[in-house]
Amino acid sequence: MSEAAVVGLLVATVQFATLVYLAGLGELIAERSGVLNLGVEGMMAMGAVSGFMMALATDRPWIGFAFAALVGMAVAGVHALVSVVMGAGQVVSGLAITIGGLGFAAFIGQDAVRERADAVFTDLGIAGLADIRWVGPILFNQPPVVYLAGLLGIAAWFVLNRTRLGLALRAVGESASTTDSVGHSVTLLRSGAVLIGGAFAGAAGAFLSLYMAAGWTEGLIAGRGWIAVALVIFGAWRPGRLAAGSLLFGFTLALQPRVQTFDLSIFGFEINTISPALLGILPFLLTVVVLIAISFRARHRPSPAPAALTLPYRREER
Amino acid sequence: MGKIRLDDDRPGAASRARTEREIMRSRTLTRLAIAVVGVALLGAACGGDSSDPEDVTAAFVLVGPVGDAGWNWAHDQGRQYAEDQTGATTLFVESIPENAEDFKAVAVDFIENEDADVIFGTSFGYMDPMLELADEYPDVVFEHASGFKMNDTNFGNFFGRMYQPRYLSGMAAGAMTETGQLGYVAAFPIPEVIRGINAFTLGVRETNPSAEVHVIWTFTWFDPAVEGDSAKALLEAGADVIAMHQDSTAAGVAAQDAGARWVAYNSDMRDFAPDAFITAPVWNWGPRYSEIIEAVAAGTYTPGAYWGGMDDGIVDLAPLADDVPGDVASQIDDVAEQIREGEWDVFTGPINDQDGTERVAAGETMDDGSMLGMDWFVEGVVGDASP
Repeated sequence: MSEAAVVGLLVATVQFATLVYLAGLGELIAERSGVLNLGVEGMMAMGAVSGFMMALATDRPWIGFAFAALVGMAVAGVHALVSVVMGAGQVVSGLAITIGGLGFAAFIGQDAVRERADAVFTDLGIAGLADIRWVGPILFNQPPVVYLAGLLGIAAWFVLNRTRLGLALRAVGESASTTDSVGHSVTLLRSGAVLIGGAFAGAAGAFLSLYMAAGWTEGLIAGRGWIAVALVIFGAWRPGRLAAGSLLFGFTLALQPRVQTFDLSIFGFEINTISPALLGILPFLLTVVVLIAISFRARHRPSPAPAALTLPYRREER
Repeated sequence: MGKIRLDDDRPGAASRARTEREIMRSRTLTRLAIAVVGVALLGAACGGDSSDPEDVTAAFVLVGPVGDAGWNWAHDQGRQYAEDQTGATTLFVESIPENAEDFKAVAVDFIENEDADVIFGTSFGYMDPMLELADEYPDVVFEHASGFKMNDTNFGNFFGRMYQPRYLSGMAAGAMTETGQLGYVAAFPIPEVIRGINAFTLGVRETNPSAEVHVIWTFTWFDPAVEGDSAKALLEAGADVIAMHQDSTAAGVAAQDAGARWVAYNSDMRDFAPDAFITAPVWNWGPRYSEIIEAVAAGTYTPGAYWGGMDDGIVDLAPLADDVPGDVASQIDDVAEQIREGEWDVFTGPINDQDGTERVAAGETMDDGSMLGMDWFVEGVVGDASP
């Protein structure tokens, strides 16, 4: 295995991790407030297509990226309206957003399919650091969205764990009626969390269309929104563990093609004989394992899941 | 309470699948409605006797969006060509999943409500439902790409010898590589894809005898992020020319970003990565579609298992990039001419497999059956034919 191959594997790991981390972080914030949003896949598709088309029109990837976040937020607004304000079932509303979002994105993106955007994100190449062997390309020559995702993760951790707003948000995810009784608006807190989640998902979609695939086509998201949903469980609803989980999932995603080119044997085992198809299902297998672990642990300790997750709240009703 | 239980997801997953289909169908219905208006207008405008191709209605069922720039786009180009050439009315639906229920729903709708005379199904998974419908509707002709089943009266199949232009694209790629290491982003380990890799590699070694072709399987037909990333992985491993079998253009974009070169597939995709593009083996379905429509109009249609080559024009090579050396270009022209004239074909011996075992003896040419069942790599391929 050459240095270029190992570095390439880790560079791609960070990028795939960023993609699922951005979307997963948004979902984590929504779920911590007690709202499950299964619409991540649809919001990512809407973000990907609208961000790409906006970048195409303005020649500026950042404008496309910001627009994608706004569009993701708007789509999430539907989920907030239906499931938080109106108190309808979160699962049904989220699935509707995924299916509707995928279809609508395909519809509005029809003319963008054969387009090639010149305005896509490029690698930053941080002066002096990007040229360091091994570490340089992996840590200091990534597209700006990678660093943004890292900053957003730290910000999310800080807000959730070190501020009154975060306390209220976590409280509403545990027990809406209690939070309501101390004078916080359940609707406002939950809607806000869902909207921020949508913005993150839309931005993640734009990272795909404005960097990783550098284009829009129907089917672009290819299930990565569902990986993000699984990751939130995998990360036990904590931003830090979500980051670790994202890196692990990103690693398996990046390993899938590369393992086939690796000329490496460990104790006589040829590493390139691992089936890439098996690697492809590894993230989902890991999620099932974690689900099982959580449910076993829940017998002795409280589950890490927000207690009020998926439960709609209507005042005077229990 | 509050935990996500697995059994909560199950009904959701089912309803998701159901509703997804419903949405596709409703898009389909919108398109159908537009098509119906077109048919009505055309029907009012023309008339004539029954042997006129203009009276034929040909309906196309496509597995993906026509905007994919790849497989479905090429089929839609063929549909438009056939419509222009024959004057037949053509209808189409996109993104129909490969299952009997969905296929039959749209095909029966075409037959019952649009009086379709010919149904073209363009994905492997449509094979069995097409066979069943051919039985139910003996007056309708069914033509299928790319399966192997047929009947004696109204169900045939068609495909192209894509390995021929693939070989030629390999010749160009072999001349353009500097490292002698080429990468192939492969779709699924099935004979069609393996045949393409082998033909490409034989072509590469024609112009560059010591070159190697490294294969990565993506297990996708269409997932730009994975296909682009797989191309990157091959580039990191030392390849400087990337070939591919999927419908997206992501591998080309990745090659261009790395300053490497690219052999595309399906259609002339040069606009997506103009600096990287060398050439592309391309589909040209139009002539075959016209031929079938004309045979149906004339009442001379008989089903067959059609596997056309460059001589029929169903497959071809896109124009070469300007920087391909002139002597290589004329060498490619010569070989193309030999293939078209039937003087020579790609899998003519001596051909060895990866282990150096002779598979085709000198002077012999592999028969169609062996080509259609190919499950081994030729010498020069680095990778696993059955991962």
